[in-house]
Amino acid sequence: MNRNFTSGFAASLPVAASVSAYGSVLGVLAAQKMLTWTELLFMNLSVFAGSAQFVMIDMWNPPLPILEITLAVLVINLRYLLIGASLRPVFQGTSLKHKLAFMHLVGDENWAVTMAAYYREKVDTYYLLGSGVCVLIAWCTGTLLGHSLGTAISNPEVYALDFAFIAVFTALAVSMWKGKQNIVPWLIAALLSIAAEKILPGKWYILIGGVGGAMVEALLYREKTHGTD
Amino acid sequence: MELISNDTTIIITIICSAIVTYLLRIGGLLLSERLPETGRFRVFMDALPGTLLLSLIAPGIASSGIYGGVAAVFTAGCTYKTGNVFLSMIIGVGIVALSRQFI
Repeated sequence: MNRNFTSGFAASLPVAASVSAYGSVLGVLAAQKMLTWTELLFMNLSVFAGSAQFVMIDMWNPPLPILEITLAVLVINLRYLLIGASLRPVFQGTSLKHKLAFMHLVGDENWAVTMAAYYREKVDTYYLLGSGVCVLIAWCTGTLLGHSLGTAISNPEVYALDFAFIAVFTALAVSMWKGKQNIVPWLIAALLSIAAEKILPGKWYILIGGVGGAMVEALLYREKTHGTD
Repeated sequence: MELISNDTTIIITIICSAIVTYLLRIGGLLLSERLPETGRFRVFMDALPGTLLLSLIAPGIASSGIYGGVAAVFTAGCTYKTGNVFLSMIIGVGIVALSRQFI
């Protein structure tokens, strides 16, 4: 087994724990909307995007509004354009076939784990895949367990499972910290996303905060090079 | 009365959502290869993972109250000191869980 694959898999076990907890909530909701076990599994394997699947299940009322659901998924997942773009250095030098095959299993969690590792040691796409497989197994286990248990885990807030995501992503964000040049861009990103989340519907806040913060870093960089010249 | 059966509609809905999601993933990667690789744009692309990840969580932290903020600070501090993501997560979740139980 490829060493990058196994280390990617192992590094994702903490995040996998929260993925399955989060997934169990989706499973409960899906069961209430009369989705079968196989339909949910098919959705997990083909869509493989947590927040989009939550919105799909939320809109899952017969007769199914196919166009509306597809558009909602498009808007929520627009961030994958940026996530995909940010993976360019990891995919450097790989063939188109390799890219087409490896990009499917890219979710928020394994992307974050991979990018954090990429800054420390130059991991390759097999790390991303190992991480993705780990998250996929956790996602399927969690959602299908929630689906069969029904309402057994009806109140995940008590155990702060909803906070597990924030905690894992906070820890991963620390690994992406590159130094004091990040202070202002990260502050802007945080403020923009918090403000956008309050003002705009859906998931626009992720794009606005992410692009806004990164643009600030790019602008500051130019000023600095002019100043030191 | 129905033009297509319910089962077919379910499968079509899932497939449409899956195609859209996949196209965004692969589209982002392939488009990025056509973009400049130097200068300010490079700095933008390098900064993107951090700011994107932060934007995913910042509203959640902001709306989780004082103890959510405290938990996030302890989680970040623990990762910074130990580099252990799992331990940091347990600490963060533990603080929020305890605050909800007792406060």
